[in-house]
Amino acid sequence: MSPDFLIALILLSNFTLVATSRVNKAIQIAVIQGVLLGLIPLAMGLGRHPHILFMVAAAITVKGWLIPFLLRRAIKEVQIHREVDPYIGYTVSLMLCALGTGLSLILAHVLPLKGGTQVILLVPAALATLFTGFLMLVSRRKALTQVVGYLILENGIYLFGLLLVEDMPMLVETGILLDLFVGVFVMGIVINHIRTAFDSTDTRHLAELKD
Amino acid sequence: MSQSLLSLTIQWVLHLLTLLLLPPLIPGLINKVKAVLAGRSGPPVFQLYYDLAKLARKRAVFSRTTTWVFLAGPIGTVAAGLVAGLMVPFGHTGTPLAFEGDVILFAYLFGLARFLTVLSALDTGSSFEGMGAAREVAFSALAEPALFLGFAALAKASSSLSLSTMLLGAGVGSGRIAGPLILVLVGWAIVFLTENARIPVDDPNTHLELTMIHEVMVLDHSGRPLALVLYGASLKLLVLGALLLDPLLPRAPQAWQNWLGFWVGLGVLAVAVGLVESMTARFRMTKVPQFLIAGILASAFAFLLLLV
Amino acid sequence: MRLYFLAILLVMGSGVPGLFLRRRGGDVAAALMGLGAVLGLTAAIRVLAGGPVATLVLPAAPLATAGLLTLDPIAACFAIPVFLLSACAASYGISYWDDHQENARTLRLVLGLLAGSLAFLVVSTHALPFLLGWEGMALSAFVLVMTEDRLPEARRAGWIYLVCTHTGTLALFGAFAILYSASGHWVLSGLPRGFAATSQGTMLFVLCLFGFGLKAGVMPLHLWLPSTHAAAPSHVSAMMSGVMIKMGILGLVRLLSWIPDPPFWWGAVLMGLGALSGILGVAFALGQHDLKRLLAYHSIENIGIILLGLGLGTLGKSTGHPVLQVLGFAGALLHVLNHSLFKGLLFLAAGSVVHAVGTRNLERMGGLGRRMPWTSAAFLTGSWAISGLPPLNGFVSEWFIYLGAFRALGFFRWPWSLVVLTALALIGALAMACFAKAYGAVFLGSPRTEAAGTAHESPRSMLVPMGILAAVCAIIGLAPMLVAPALDRAVATLGESAGGPQLSLLVNLPGLTILALLMVGVAWLLWRWLKPVEQGGTLPTWDCGYAASNPRMQYTASSFADGLVAGLDWVLWPRSLGGKVAGNFPVDRPFESHVPDPVLDRLADPVFRTLSLGASLLRFLQSGQLHIYLLYVLLTLLALLLWMVA
Repeated sequence: MSPDFLIALILLSNFTLVATSRVNKAIQIAVIQGVLLGLIPLAMGLGRHPHILFMVAAAITVKGWLIPFLLRRAIKEVQIHREVDPYIGYTVSLMLCALGTGLSLILAHVLPLKGGTQVILLVPAALATLFTGFLMLVSRRKALTQVVGYLILENGIYLFGLLLVEDMPMLVETGILLDLFVGVFVMGIVINHIRTAFDSTDTRHLAELKD
Repeated sequence: MSQSLLSLTIQWVLHLLTLLLLPPLIPGLINKVKAVLAGRSGPPVFQLYYDLAKLARKRAVFSRTTTWVFLAGPIGTVAAGLVAGLMVPFGHTGTPLAFEGDVILFAYLFGLARFLTVLSALDTGSSFEGMGAAREVAFSALAEPALFLGFAALAKASSSLSLSTMLLGAGVGSGRIAGPLILVLVGWAIVFLTENARIPVDDPNTHLELTMIHEVMVLDHSGRPLALVLYGASLKLLVLGALLLDPLLPRAPQAWQNWLGFWVGLGVLAVAVGLVESMTARFRMTKVPQFLIAGILASAFAFLLLLV
Repeated sequence: MRLYFLAILLVMGSGVPGLFLRRRGGDVAAALMGLGAVLGLTAAIRVLAGGPVATLVLPAAPLATAGLLTLDPIAACFAIPVFLLSACAASYGISYWDDHQENARTLRLVLGLLAGSLAFLVVSTHALPFLLGWEGMALSAFVLVMTEDRLPEARRAGWIYLVCTHTGTLALFGAFAILYSASGHWVLSGLPRGFAATSQGTMLFVLCLFGFGLKAGVMPLHLWLPSTHAAAPSHVSAMMSGVMIKMGILGLVRLLSWIPDPPFWWGAVLMGLGALSGILGVAFALGQHDLKRLLAYHSIENIGIILLGLGLGTLGKSTGHPVLQVLGFAGALLHVLNHSLFKGLLFLAAGSVVHAVGTRNLERMGGLGRRMPWTSAAFLTGSWAISGLPPLNGFVSEWFIYLGAFRALGFFRWPWSLVVLTALALIGALAMACFAKAYGAVFLGSPRTEAAGTAHESPRSMLVPMGILAAVCAIIGLAPMLVAPALDRAVATLGESAGGPQLSLLVNLPGLTILALLMVGVAWLLWRWLKPVEQGGTLPTWDCGYAASNPRMQYTASSFADGLVAGLDWVLWPRSLGGKVAGNFPVDRPFESHVPDPVLDRLADPVFRTLSLGASLLRFLQSGQLHIYLLYVLLTLLALLLWMVA
């Protein structure tokens, strides 16, 4: 299986994500994307490095099991299943996502990046995923969907990291994973607090905290 | 060997005797000179000895606000004065304890005595004593740099940091540093008058508490503590007087001549202080800082002269 | 090193059990801290006694460089006060800040974190752990200052501190970046000869001076120091003043140890800043009537004395005079230890007083010496030592610096060290005046308020730490030869004086001991002579014939210092309100005088007020909508990407 094939799947999952309104489904897609990402290093033929194997295992465990577990628990607690009216509608989101992906392709072409990678789609996909994550963060109202956006954003950073996978020290990779985990964990707590404070998980209410 | 040991012992004993017994004579001499110049007969020269003997037998009265700190002042003054007296040479007679850097210890011992005296004054809770203490610390803050600049000049001239070498070393007598030396001595004379609370800075015989500096700080002492205060003040006259005298004394071949020279010098110093006190009035309190700054400038110029 | 590491862990976790205990959390914290301190002190003293220098190497790939953590003599010199003072502060905290006080558990936890970060910081010889320790120290100190966060004064102090410390950290990032570009690695170690003279070397010095000076509270950069020390609980103030600000000195000392040939002007700048901090610090202390602010300004003064020593040593290092290096550096390092001892002691004693009287205002105290004899003795010992009077430890370190300055007169054409001499002499006299004022106003005379008249002595758990610190002050003062070999080792790591003279050959330490003992002996004999005549007093103080005096008429602390403050008004700019009475039957007129801080109140405050006025124009950007903030991030990212392409 070529890595480009996996990356294409990831790009597809991006589009699916911005088009879905069901929170459960969004989490599912994020899980799939996370597992796909975890597999890319193997597809790139880097399975001979023990530290990369460790990283693959860690990434799949954290993104494929731990984080969805936390998120699903949060869903159960706050009883939210749908993103009702986002700031930016689904059609427009889809168009923006396409625009971002296109821009990424152009940017990846002209950016002065370290060459030598065989995976053509790696850089554009990284940028596109990054934009998608941002898009979700900016356009969604419910805290849970925003967390998913944050996950996607991290996935983009992770993809960028793969560009340097052979030189990058393990400490940095594990650092990113830890960061992600803590981020989701803290957001879980915050979501719960928003609910108890405002009786809703709509982040619009946070504006009331402005002084 | 035994010869030098013997002379060393004699010299130590003489130093200790001078340090312990001579001080009360100096205020006696000063007062006698002042009395004679004023046309009175005045108290006997040994008056302070009689006073001390009388006070040692008397009962002391302590105010109910005082604590043990009240006694720390008199004790500290005498203890610090005696230790400082071991480090300062009495003319060309050798010093019991001399080492590199003893100048600083010497100066700080007087600081210690002042600190404790001020505290015991504040311990009484009287505003008069507080006022005296405030003046004491303010003026000493200006006296300290004058003293140290003088030390710096002599240290530069003698390349030594020990009092006995700085004051009596071979370099001190040479003509090259005669000019700076005089300036240092002028600065130190001002320090001497301030530290010992003499006219024109302070008047030991005044009777108005509002205008006193040193005397008002010890108003509440009586009996044995007062004896220590008086003795400590005379000790300070001797020790700081030795500092002024040493560079001026010529070196004599025989030890007894040196001792005699020192004692005579001390007498001359007492007479000189008596003369100054008879001929000048004390300054207004606001003029004292200017007087002290003059002392600092004298010492500083001494140092500058050494550089050129 | 393993021992030391264990000590760090113990100290750092000392507040954790207290979180889960209903009672006696303070006892547990103090016990753990004490145990950690014993271990840490053992490790540090072993190094100073000539033991092997220990290093720690982590097996992680990018950090696998030798010398991540190194317990060398310099580190040991700073580790000793850290552990000693942490243990004393923790024990003091048991009753000073018991569980009934607000935030007691947080306070204990974070005090442990602060002590642990400090212990970690002193052994860090790599940029990463150094900055980790530095930030750990800064943040935990921030939390500690905010302990009484309901008081606006504490909140203001805390925020000012936070801004200052992070500005300093920023400068350190720059400094470490320069070090990296010069040496090619992040281990903080020796730099090549000649580097210091380049413009990069100058940048390094300026950045370090700014970053470390801000932490140490060097005079123009001291703005956070007084209010922080006043607002924090007293044992925290003791820790901050005793050891935390010394980390700035540690940084400068480390910098000097990396540079084999510091330029001459580095020494001159250090000496100049030292003289400025020293003289102005004590001058502003004279004007204060808040007991803890007064002590805080004295910290600035003592940092000045330390800088004088460092500057002298640097002068020696740059011109190749080993004598100056030994005397200057040894004096500075010993003063670091000494200051932490006596300033810790003073803050703890001041805390006892504040605890008993309920105010920090000197004018509302008085006569506490009769009611709190042990606290009074402790404060007196501290005042004695900090004024540099023999025979306590403050004298010894100042003596070294004095001797160095006197020696330097003979070395150079121009008398650079005259600055040191006159500054030290002036500082000594003014410090003595200031502590006579503080001790006199608090402990002597008669009580000025009801609260002062009914104060009680503190419990033993607060007195014992003071006793320990006072005893160490006396030991160092009476027997300085005990610390001389350790100082020699530390100076050898710091200076370029391989084969240089030993401290014990340069100064006559036994002579000092003999004289000190002699003086103590004479004083004891005189005390015995006075003792039999001492009687319980029932009479009032002689009031010079005025029969109706009352305690309010005592000389106040402000009037005691007034002569000096008036003489120094060209730097202090004292401000007085109210005053003048007029007419034949004058009515009551309030009068108060203050000495505001020149940098904070007269410079920084107005400037930042104007800035914040300008900044409020940008308020519309802060909508409170998370999405909008995220949009800002996205737009920035896009702009950056496009900028890279263009």
